[in-house]
Amino acid sequence: MGLEQFKNRNVGTQNYTKLDLGETPANGFEQFKQVAKRTFKGELFVGLWVTLREMINALFKGQMHTVKYPFEKMPISPRYRAIHDMLRLLESGHYRCIGCGLCEKICISNCITMDTRYDENQRKEVTEYTINFGRCIFCGYCAEVCPELAIVHGPRYETASEQRASFSLFEDMLTPIDQLNLQQEYDGFGAVSPNADANIKKTPLAY
Amino acid sequence: MSTVNIKIDGKEFAVKEGEYILNAARANDVFIPAICYLTRCSPTLACRICLVEADGKQVYACNAKVKEGMEITVDTPNILEERRAIMEVYDVNHPLQCGVCDKSGECELQNYTLELGVDSQSYMIQDTKRETTNWSSVLHYDAGLCIVCERCTTVCKDMIGDAAITTVKRGGEALDKGYKESMPKDAYSMWNKLQKSVIAPSNGTEFTDCSDCGECVAVCPVGALSSRDFVYTSNAWDLTRVPAVSAHSSDGFQIYYEVKPTSIEDRSEKIFRVTNEWNYVSLDGAARFAYDFENRDVTKDEQAFDKAVEAFKKAQTIRFNSVITNEEALMLQSLKENMGVKLYNPEVRAFQKFLGYYQKASGNRFYSTDADALMKKSDFVIAMGTALRNDSPGLKYAFNNVQKLNKGAGLYFHPVGDTLIPTFGKNVECFTHKPGLEEAALYLVLDLFADKEQLPDDVKEYIASFKSSETKTIKEKVMKDVTEMVKDEETGEEKEVTKKVPEMVEKEITVERNGLVDLLGGNSATFADTFEKMMKKKESFSMMIGEDFYYHDKAENLAKLIALVEQTSSIDLVMTPPKSNALGVALICDLDDAAEGYTVGYNENGDFRLSALGDGDLDMPAMNQQEGTLTNMSKRVVPTNAALEYGGYELNDIVSSLIDGQRETIDWTAKLPTAKGYQAVAFDSLANGYNNDGTENRGYLLKTSNRKANMPKVDKFDEASALEGEIVYRCNPARQFSDFTDKAHEIFEPFGLYASTAKAEELGKKVEVVFENGSIIVDVIADHKIEGDITKLSDFKSAQDIYTLFGESRYKTVTMRKV
Repeated sequence: MGLEQFKNRNVGTQNYTKLDLGETPANGFEQFKQVAKRTFKGELFVGLWVTLREMINALFKGQMHTVKYPFEKMPISPRYRAIHDMLRLLESGHYRCIGCGLCEKICISNCITMDTRYDENQRKEVTEYTINFGRCIFCGYCAEVCPELAIVHGPRYETASEQRASFSLFEDMLTPIDQLNLQQEYDGFGAVSPNADANIKKTPLAY
Repeated sequence: MSTVNIKIDGKEFAVKEGEYILNAARANDVFIPAICYLTRCSPTLACRICLVEADGKQVYACNAKVKEGMEITVDTPNILEERRAIMEVYDVNHPLQCGVCDKSGECELQNYTLELGVDSQSYMIQDTKRETTNWSSVLHYDAGLCIVCERCTTVCKDMIGDAAITTVKRGGEALDKGYKESMPKDAYSMWNKLQKSVIAPSNGTEFTDCSDCGECVAVCPVGALSSRDFVYTSNAWDLTRVPAVSAHSSDGFQIYYEVKPTSIEDRSEKIFRVTNEWNYVSLDGAARFAYDFENRDVTKDEQAFDKAVEAFKKAQTIRFNSVITNEEALMLQSLKENMGVKLYNPEVRAFQKFLGYYQKASGNRFYSTDADALMKKSDFVIAMGTALRNDSPGLKYAFNNVQKLNKGAGLYFHPVGDTLIPTFGKNVECFTHKPGLEEAALYLVLDLFADKEQLPDDVKEYIASFKSSETKTIKEKVMKDVTEMVKDEETGEEKEVTKKVPEMVEKEITVERNGLVDLLGGNSATFADTFEKMMKKKESFSMMIGEDFYYHDKAENLAKLIALVEQTSSIDLVMTPPKSNALGVALICDLDDAAEGYTVGYNENGDFRLSALGDGDLDMPAMNQQEGTLTNMSKRVVPTNAALEYGGYELNDIVSSLIDGQRETIDWTAKLPTAKGYQAVAFDSLANGYNNDGTENRGYLLKTSNRKANMPKVDKFDEASALEGEIVYRCNPARQFSDFTDKAHEIFEPFGLYASTAKAEELGKKVEVVFENGSIIVDVIADHKIEGDITKLSDFKSAQDIYTLFGESRYKTVTMRKV
């Protein structure tokens, strides 16, 4: 970047164009004259006509632009970050979370906690998982760091409830098993990039 | 110690002579990657990643010693290629389960894979199915994650001495022949070995036969070995490390309590595991697994507190044990000075007296060495009066480590036979003598090691009186020349003919016999040769003394004999304080011989009980809930910190309301008696760690003082004082020390009578042991590492009051009744 523009300190010779604003009223009578002139020019009715036109369009021509919230909701971007969802594996229906604790670690407001144990099948089992939504700032880091695409941000942005705990347990966030077929893959933070395959180097395997 | 000058990557360093390159580099903060090497163990050369170039030649830094003027290059293109190939090989078929692995975040495989920039893999082989198993009640082995660096087997053999695990055949595929040409050389041979082996218990069964110290878990660089209780319960990075001191044995090992909130519901802190600086200190099972002995859910109970203050005002005696900090001991001592109460502590009193006898006889304030110095220097160790496997894990490790690393030799004198100690090395000689003959053992040491010129004449004569030369007649075959006159029949001439005729001749030889050796259960006919072999190339001698001596009828004479050994030979001495902070209590408190009248018990029986076990009249914080200092066996004042919250009253609160005290417990630290070697240093200025070269930077060492003492006058011993008959020995199983270890959920050793397999069979399941002043019914537990007829009775449950049964002695003749 050149520094020329900063070196030109010759302020007085700028080529300004002045607006034609007319004369500034000098006394009380001239001020009164200006107000009366602007008031009765008829521009008021131009504005009123726009309102009337839109009303007619909305009521009789079916061009309504407002959403009847809460009966209607706007579609939101897949990148929107609302209350978290816990996804399941599509094949087995088992929850995806492996209890690695990365979301717990990366959380900048320290609101994720989990309990894990060694289960009967020699696997790590997540016995309990909670997000404190009183502290969550919906930054999306947890979804981004999750290696299993297990924790994602869902579209549920209505966070008013009688208790903060209402959304915060594992079961509340987990896709209900009977709605597994409706589970949507998440496209936002932490999702696999469209060209992921191209970026992978194959590891040789002796099988 | 002399130093040599070396250059690493162009920088000059003066390092210790005879040091391995790797250690020299580490001591000077130069990084050389290494996986399989453990600082105080022998190099295994399993990983080969520490390859460096020294004077133009490739050597393994863990195995090559520094030489004057050596020029070392850590990274050359060829070495970097080797290292990368090695790490690639380690990553072949290593399960990609870092997400759930306990080691993730502190895993050396992860670290070195990143350090060496391994981002792809060029080798492959078919994997072998390897099962996850539990080796013992605490050890969990996931063979799939194992990289067979052999650190666990090395530490178990070279440091712990159990040698309970070893490498066995994996049964894996053979490597593709083509790799031999295409791969870097060291990576190929490392892989070749790795592919063939896996770790398993060395006794051929599925379970380890060991002391469950968990040191193998500590040294494992990956997630293959972990403690069963810890598996999948927490990530390494979630735990907060609290530096502390092990509260159980008198070794005073440095440990880290690792804490985090218990669970989602219960946000109070909980200790999840104990870790250690395994390159510099090895823990025993109690230090590692007995961590959850805290006094939970305590609140300030004002009524109980007022009663406690009343009880202290009324008290004539305070009874306590050695699980107490220096600060608390000093508080009790202040109470004694201000209020005239008696301090009763049978556990420490005998040791305190013995230390007094020793100080008087030798003129030294303290014994001269400790376990660490011993491992670094000694090549000949003598242990007596201590059940090495049970009393002092630190000294057991040192005894073993000297055999393995210093090409050492060892003598072990103890009445209870042990099958493990002879396996420490070829040159370990065990004397299983009768209890009561400990003086004879010291006389033998005088005979073997003392400078005869310096010994007083009467001692010399006394020792000589045991020597005898026996003449033995042995038969020998000798060829004898026999000359005969033979008459030639033809000529009639007589001729002299010499013939060789075999003949049996009786010959007399002299055999030097040493009565002391025979008395101690050895065989003096062969001992002289054995001892000569043991003494080859030995330069530095040490002796370990244990609790048997403190509880001996002739303790004073033993102390004098020890002083005499120190004065007339080059033997360094270390004593085992009985438990925990026994040395601190012995130095700080003036203990009394007996309890009297109304007694306040602190973690002990009494009319009013203060207890950190949660069962007393007023709750006290346990060792993991309080800060303060302890005095360990190495004569070091070491700081410990509170790992867990405690909501109740402390001893300091009581003391403050009785006498003019200090605001906080740790304010007493600077007041510790300087006359006894302590320093007036504030608690917060005490360091707690290790330097890179392994020097201990924790707290401070007690000041020693040596005064020239006269040659101690020692008494002769009485052979008749040896105990005969059914003998019981007061001795805890390894990992058990007190009620606190017993409370911990990962310690499983039960209270009982431990006997050799044969003896246990003879005794049956349960037995009543009848002492002079009482009896106790206990379970009989077979321990195949015990030999002989003497049985070991545990004393860790204070409610059983075993100390009273044994009185002033550690061995008692008893009668056993079957129940």
